[in-house]
Amino acid sequence: MAEIETPGVLPKRESELREAFLEQVDIVPGGEKLRKCIQCGTCTGSCPVSYAMDLSPREVIARFRAGDIESILKSRTIWICASCYACTVRCPQDIKITDLLYALKRVSMEKKIRRSRSVYALSDAFVRSVKMFGRNWELALLTEFYLRTNPLNLIKMAPLGLRMLRAKRLGIWPERIKGRGDLKKIIERAEQIERPQERVAARAVTDEVGYEAIQP
Amino acid sequence: MDYTYYPGCSISASAKPYDDSTRAVFEALGMGLHELEDWNCCGATVYMSVKETVSFAISARNLALAEKLGRDVVAPCSACYLVLNKANRFLHELPDLSEKVNDALSAAGLKYEGTVRVRHPLEVLVNDLGVEEITKRATKRLDGIKIAEYYGCQIIRPERTFDDQEFPQTMDQLFAALGAENVYFPMKVRCCGGMLMTTSDEVAMKLCYDLIECAKGNGADCIVTTCPLCHMNLAAYQDRLSRRFGMDLHIPVLWFTELLGIALGLDVKTLGLDHHLEPITDKIMSLAGL
Repeated sequence: MAEIETPGVLPKRESELREAFLEQVDIVPGGEKLRKCIQCGTCTGSCPVSYAMDLSPREVIARFRAGDIESILKSRTIWICASCYACTVRCPQDIKITDLLYALKRVSMEKKIRRSRSVYALSDAFVRSVKMFGRNWELALLTEFYLRTNPLNLIKMAPLGLRMLRAKRLGIWPERIKGRGDLKKIIERAEQIERPQERVAARAVTDEVGYEAIQP
Repeated sequence: MDYTYYPGCSISASAKPYDDSTRAVFEALGMGLHELEDWNCCGATVYMSVKETVSFAISARNLALAEKLGRDVVAPCSACYLVLNKANRFLHELPDLSEKVNDALSAAGLKYEGTVRVRHPLEVLVNDLGVEEITKRATKRLDGIKIAEYYGCQIIRPERTFDDQEFPQTMDQLFAALGAENVYFPMKVRCCGGMLMTTSDEVAMKLCYDLIECAKGNGADCIVTTCPLCHMNLAAYQDRLSRRFGMDLHIPVLWFTELLGIALGLDVKTLGLDHHLEPITDKIMSLAGL
């Protein structure tokens, strides 16, 4: 965990991470509502997988407001979230907790804070399939995933694969869309999208949060 | 009543019976489903953790293609339904984002104005046709079948869509009207673990155990679901779950279109009931006419 020596002043790495996080948060409508968290714990109580997390969802917000982003990014929590949105719909302050966890996942991926090899492997394989075929080829996705994480699991999963094959539910060949070239162009351009003017507004709001939380 | 059909990747392969039964039910009820030509993957939850703007842009390609046709989009996969709706909402709420996504679309000569409605087949059937009308057209009653209706997450969360977010009733009312008995099942909207079955299977196994144990413990003959991934998690690992938790956790898991198809008199093959991974009990099979 990062040391905070002077209230309101973040260590360099923390401030870099915070910057990266805010870039992500500004794309979430209502992302600035973090400030309104009353630490009631409804999110944690509603989460079906909080028992398996090292930081509860409530704690994630508390730590963020205290300026400690590094520990969140290194936590198991962001990779355990199954994205079921139970916290989001119950939050009395209307904080989009799931979307914030997505934002944290993206920072973690971008900064290559490799905590969950399996999630990276799955995302990589998925993105490649979409770029190549325009659709997700499940068979190749899962084969690549298991090869990259734990090839022994391929053996463990083989019986299920065979059952699916027998049930005619395994796509042996990829489905390719005709507009692959078009889709690639769209993806390439969308990868470049940045939205700087909103970033400034979001930074102003959430920085204020950080100060409030750590001042006596 | 005509709709643009967005099947999605799972439904085209691993959840094929959901595709078969959805098409068959719509046809039997005289509602037109026209598959969106050359649709692409919606990006699912995965692309959202990689690069959100790309997630929105690839969804926008589908929405732009659908917009030209002027019909509502029907998306049976819960993840597609959520992702397309989420893209719609973000593009609507953030004009700046919409402009940039449209710039990306223009690379392929497309434009999205934001007028498409993305709907779930369950909601379309119940709201556009109505439970009463569906009951009238049913040729078979579901009397004596006890079911646990499982809605999962994404068709009711995070967007406020067509049903209550804590205690949805759409399927319950539909199947009750067709004669089935709904068992006490408080886990209607509890998460099945989604992709965690691949990335952290121990956690997902626990969630699936909770769901199946609750349904079976309350006497359900089957679980009825609306989502390819929920179905995969609940149906494909029943042997492993039973070994892991030391009890029999086998139960038929039907897509709601399969059970509805049975009531409409459609046969096992048309509905894809013979392509399940978990054992379908005699009780369900005999109801389906086998």
